Amino acid sequence: MSFPSTFFGWVAFLLDKYGMVFLRGTGTTLLIALTGTVFGFIIGLLVAIARTIELRDRAPRWRKGLMSFVKGLLAAYIEVFRGTPMMVQAMVIYYGGMQYLHIDMPVMVSAILIVSINTGAYMAEIIRGGIISVDKGQVEAAKSIGMTHWQTMCSIVLPQAVRNIMPSIGNEFVVNIKDSSVLNVISVSELFFMSKSAAGTYYRYFEVFFITSLIYLALTFSITRLLRFIEKKMDGNSSYTICGSQTDSRSAISVPVEKKEA
Amino acid sequence: MAIIEVSHLEKRFGDNTVLKDINFSVSKGEVVSIIGSSGSGKSTLLRCINLLETPTSGTIRYHGRDIQDGALPQGEFHSKVGMVFQSFNLFNNLTVLDNCVVGQMKVLKRSRRESEENARKYLERVGMLPYQNARPAQISGGQKQRAAIARALAMDPEALLFDEPTSALDPEMVGEVLGTMKSLAQSGLTMLVVTHEMAFARDVSDRVVFMDSGVIVEDAPPKELFANPKHPRTREFLSRFMQG
Ligand SMILES: Nc1ncnc2c1ncn2[C@@H]1O[C@H](COP(=O)(O)OP(=O)(O)OP(=O)(O)O)[C@@H](O)[C@H]1O
Ligand SMILES: [Mg+2]
Repeated sequence: MSFPSTFFGWVAFLLDKYGMVFLRGTGTTLLIALTGTVFGFIIGLLVAIARTIELRDRAPRWRKGLMSFVKGLLAAYIEVFRGTPMMVQAMVIYYGGMQYLHIDMPVMVSAILIVSINTGAYMAEIIRGGIISVDKGQVEAAKSIGMTHWQTMCSIVLPQAVRNIMPSIGNEFVVNIKDSSVLNVISVSELFFMSKSAAGTYYRYFEVFFITSLIYLALTFSITRLLRFIEKKMDGNSSYTICGSQTDSRSAISVPVEKKEA
Repeated sequence: MAIIEVSHLEKRFGDNTVLKDINFSVSKGEVVSIIGSSGSGKSTLLRCINLLETPTSGTIRYHGRDIQDGALPQGEFHSKVGMVFQSFNLFNNLTVLDNCVVGQMKVLKRSRRESEENARKYLERVGMLPYQNARPAQISGGQKQRAAIARALAMDPEALLFDEPTSALDPEMVGEVLGTMKSLAQSGLTMLVVTHEMAFARDVSDRVVFMDSGVIVEDAPPKELFANPKHPRTREFLSRFMQG
């Protein structure tokens, strides 16, 4: 058996031999990053909403006490997960769960769990920023027509907050695609792990990781564009229709509106 | 019969006592204007009545029931006494129509159809029906304020509180909002209006309340208060206002 002698020869050889391995690794990475971002978003949303609840002055003391205890816990969660590397979190959660709680989680499940909890901590702060960015007057207006905190959040504040932080949410997704590579320490078959094993067979580290970096780049590049497109869609119609005129109530004029940059 | 009755209301922010022993009431169909210089506590008073601030002491009754008593559901009270803000505070993510629909559906549990019908009725009333599909960012200040009035009216309230509804408007838009308010006043809506528009206070309201440094100095029909103010502070305020 003869081996290729040029760089591109090796690249072609490796792609031919390990094409499926790269593909599976890419699929796993995407799956972990996507589900991790989605669950992380949900965790972050709940944490951020909980942190914005303000009890009325007259609320019973035990509820105030409970509330500040929960808020303290949530603050600690954010601090801990933003203050330690995800690679270390992966080791602690995976081996801790195995040795002390005797849960033998499939690595894939632990991988998604770790990325979700980690992303949740970042998302909580991002979403909180988004909530704060919605002006308080709208919250008061909602209250003044009798809407509850929860209704106000769901119908008024969060839609605006989420729109405002879309770029940051997309950024978290991109970060997760890249940073899920650290999960190779718990042997998840994501792209980096798969690349490492492919490279090991022929000791072609440079060629393999050259291919790997192109795959990561293709993923992050296309996802960034896709998210920007979605943002544009979310901004909705840039025109509105004036319905009815004094002479003809069925007439309608469409008024295009120039977008103000936020 | 008093719809809203405020007694011995006091409000402190830390050491700063903003409202002191406020007593007054608003009867059904009455239009009451509150005037007074900046910082005298007018907004705080309105915000206490709307439960946006918690009074330090004293009671506010709505049809004789203490609004801070847990027995009166806040949603029910809020839908009965609406508020119009100086800065409009329209929901920016919703169209003008949906601004008027969301409260009816969430708080009054009306169907979308019924809510939209009712919303359109009031949008027409304030002259905003043609803009029902516009978003707040796409309309002028005067239009925003009229939409905000329609949003409050769509809850079919018994009384509306207005906090300087024309102060944030360009001069040429003040008229359209005051016109809307005047027609509401004539239709018998109970209104409590904080305003710097002395002509509105004089011509439209049944009573004028003058506030200074957190106390009600004078509370009288507009003819009396403007022609013949009893208190020196009222006189001083009015003369300053009429000159400037
Ligand atoms: N949330 C708050 N915290 C601390 N102080 C406040 C707060 N809201 C109002 N104040 C103070 O209360 C006083 C009365 O304010 P308020 O807004 O009620 O006056 P106002 O009569 O509405 O004045 P303006 O005509 O300028 O609107 C002011 O001294 C103000 O600084
Ligand atoms: Mg004020």
